[in-house]
Amino acid sequence: MAETISLEVFRYSPERDAEPSFQRYDVPLRKDWVVLDALNYIKDKVDGSLTFRWSCRMGICGSCGMMVNGEPKLTCATFLSNYAREQGPLRVQPLRYFPVIRDLVVEITDFMTKLQSVKPWLIRGKEKPISEGEYLQTPEQLDRYKQFSMCINCVLCYSACPVYGLDPVFIGPAAIALAQRYNMDSRDEGAHERMDILAQHEGIWGCTFVGECTKVCPKHVDPAGAIQQYKLTATIERFKSFLMPRGAK
Amino acid sequence: MDISYHDVLLVGGGGAGLRAAIAVAETNPNLSAAVVSKVYPMRSHTVSAEGGAAGVIRPGDTLDDHAYDTISGGDWLCDQDAVEIFVKEAPEELLRLEHWGCPWSRDSDGRVAVRAFGGMKNMRTWFAADKTGFHLLHTLFQTTFKYKSVTRYDEWFVTRLLVDEGRVQGVVALQLMSGRIQAITAKSVILCTGGCGRVFPFTTNASIKTGDGMALAFQAGVPLKDMEFVQYHPTGLPFTGILITEAARSEGGYLINKDGYRYLQDYNLGTPTPQPVLRNMELGPRDRLSQAFVKEVEKGRTTDTPYGPVVHLDLRRLGEKVINTRLPFVRELCLKYENIDPIKELIPVRPVIHYMMGGVHTDNDGATPLAGLYAAGEVACVSINGANRLGSNSLPELLVFGARAGKAAALAAMEQKPPSERVVSQALDEKLRLEQQFLRKTGGRERIATIRSEMHKAMENGAGIYRNQTSLQKAADKLRELRERFREVSLDDHSLTFNTELLAALEQSFMLDVGSAIVESALHRVESRGAHQRTDFPARDDRNFLAHTLIFNNSDGSTRVKPAPVVITRWPPAERVYGVQSEVKQTAAR
Repeated sequence: MAETISLEVFRYSPERDAEPSFQRYDVPLRKDWVVLDALNYIKDKVDGSLTFRWSCRMGICGSCGMMVNGEPKLTCATFLSNYAREQGPLRVQPLRYFPVIRDLVVEITDFMTKLQSVKPWLIRGKEKPISEGEYLQTPEQLDRYKQFSMCINCVLCYSACPVYGLDPVFIGPAAIALAQRYNMDSRDEGAHERMDILAQHEGIWGCTFVGECTKVCPKHVDPAGAIQQYKLTATIERFKSFLMPRGAK
Repeated sequence: MDISYHDVLLVGGGGAGLRAAIAVAETNPNLSAAVVSKVYPMRSHTVSAEGGAAGVIRPGDTLDDHAYDTISGGDWLCDQDAVEIFVKEAPEELLRLEHWGCPWSRDSDGRVAVRAFGGMKNMRTWFAADKTGFHLLHTLFQTTFKYKSVTRYDEWFVTRLLVDEGRVQGVVALQLMSGRIQAITAKSVILCTGGCGRVFPFTTNASIKTGDGMALAFQAGVPLKDMEFVQYHPTGLPFTGILITEAARSEGGYLINKDGYRYLQDYNLGTPTPQPVLRNMELGPRDRLSQAFVKEVEKGRTTDTPYGPVVHLDLRRLGEKVINTRLPFVRELCLKYENIDPIKELIPVRPVIHYMMGGVHTDNDGATPLAGLYAAGEVACVSINGANRLGSNSLPELLVFGARAGKAAALAAMEQKPPSERVVSQALDEKLRLEQQFLRKTGGRERIATIRSEMHKAMENGAGIYRNQTSLQKAADKLRELRERFREVSLDDHSLTFNTELLAALEQSFMLDVGSAIVESALHRVESRGAHQRTDFPARDDRNFLAHTLIFNNSDGSTRVKPAPVVITRWPPAERVYGVQSEVKQTAAR
């Protein structure tokens, strides 16, 4: 075997280890290989106990996010060869700001709860019967929310978010982007309801538009944009609520 | 042992499982529905479906046309009563998704847009750009949040079904995070675990697609149906097996060999036209296109690469705008994984394992022969797909039959009494088995990865696009050997917390069962039909084989095969014809 690359992988087992450590592995450096291929190589050939999540290997299921040399990445879409020339071993760690379950697997229950809390479903005052066909929506109306609907829930943006890092109560970039995905959907009438939840916490006002979330998003969603948009929506909705009785739109 | 109680259990949280969960909640909100999934539901493989979902919506198209396309595409092995239900309910289900917020692509007047698809006579494929499965799954997942009666067991792996007094009473499941093994009981259980593409080495399927539900049912004595029919998709990227959607061809992409020649014209698939013509050339069915590729390899007209021979998909003529709006994911995948820009360059492609036509034997409500057990989606075989599934039929299938199974399972659960006490001891036995066989076992010299790779080789060599008695027998023998050797598997990982090696072992054991079922079924069918092509029996044989293959697991681990009749309602078996002559022949046949 010709070339190899060294990986320094975060290891932690709550049953065995008092402290996390790093373990070094040398794996073949193949042109087509992504970081995930290297992890699978280790698991298959070297150490079956190395623990990580993965599934689709095509950047759509959102399972395999990790810190690669300090940056949140989908490891199925991060080529080893990009790091071949860098000094020192390639560092693979679990996504930061989440509790570690084991090795590279983090606990995302917090995100799941937050996602559900923003009511990410179509809310309508009155449902149209199926027999009356679809709600019309022009391509332009679709374009208004489409990019926010591309979120794959990989939670890289949480690992990139300095506000979330300091204050885990912050509802966070992806959940806000998904709330906004429905708020901006011409078929939806739930913006007011969602505002109540989003505005409960100061987090959203704490976002300083650093834009790290948008930079790391592998699907080109713009959560930072959603947050700014949302602040505007929230201000308008809040202003409306002073003028009108509750529930009116 | 911990035990939890529900009315309806969904095993698997992909499109079929979530649609079924919603159906349960809407049938009776007082029923407790639980989704048990080995991954968070939005990670399920439905997420990877690209091209679209078929449903008749446009004037000029008819349900009969959709039925005919599906039945001829399936080489007359579909149950026609099931197909009639399917085509009728598909548009309603797709509209329901629209009402739940699915971002379907639109025409300028705001109506849902449709595109052409392989083997379909009219344009009827709804799409959300080329991430249809992704949007469908996330819409369903986010919509399930609305229903308070639906609970989730995220990252729980089901290791066996609990069966007592002739009915299913629940499952034994392992919680990955804690290593806890417990019984989850229910009055109805719906298997929605998807297919088993991972029994083959080169597949579009995610790593999670290990045939779990098929194996669970098989071990509980439920027959699998038509397992010999394995779909190769004609256009996968070499090495990764990433799918390049059929929509790339329906938008006007050409398939060319190393001479730049549109070789499909040599294989009874019609004559080349500059613009795509339905049921013609590149818009032929997947089985025929994949078979044509093998013939091109034999003629030496493919291009060699480190990952085997390839042909090329040419999208260059579509231009940047069409590619960016209709096929953005294709471009993204090519750029990211092949470093190729399809706007300017050819895409190397080869056939890749994509879908199982076969699966757990069910009726039109998803019910299996085991009382209380249902199945829907790719794991099931109703059968609407027959010997070859048409592209864009699998997403509506999981919606239509997910909903039907959910409703039927809910109604049945309302009539049932709570589970018997005996299932607790069954669950304890299972827990003990897992501990003894894997977690506490010392010694053993087999690695999972070795067994997996030998299985892959056996399946690819023995049961690929073309098979014969010798190749299949060799594969069957190899799988038998691997099942023996599997007992000697030893794990590096004996811990309870998120033990993915244990998970891989359990999945590997399921795959060996399912792989054997594929090979044994293929040995039994001594004819060629749809995706099952026997070089030693190259013709279709309606006299002896216009029948489903049911395969049963005997208690000693051997199998037996039994045919079952195909339901023919209005479309008597005929020749499958594609290309420009297909219209003429169809008219003549009527």
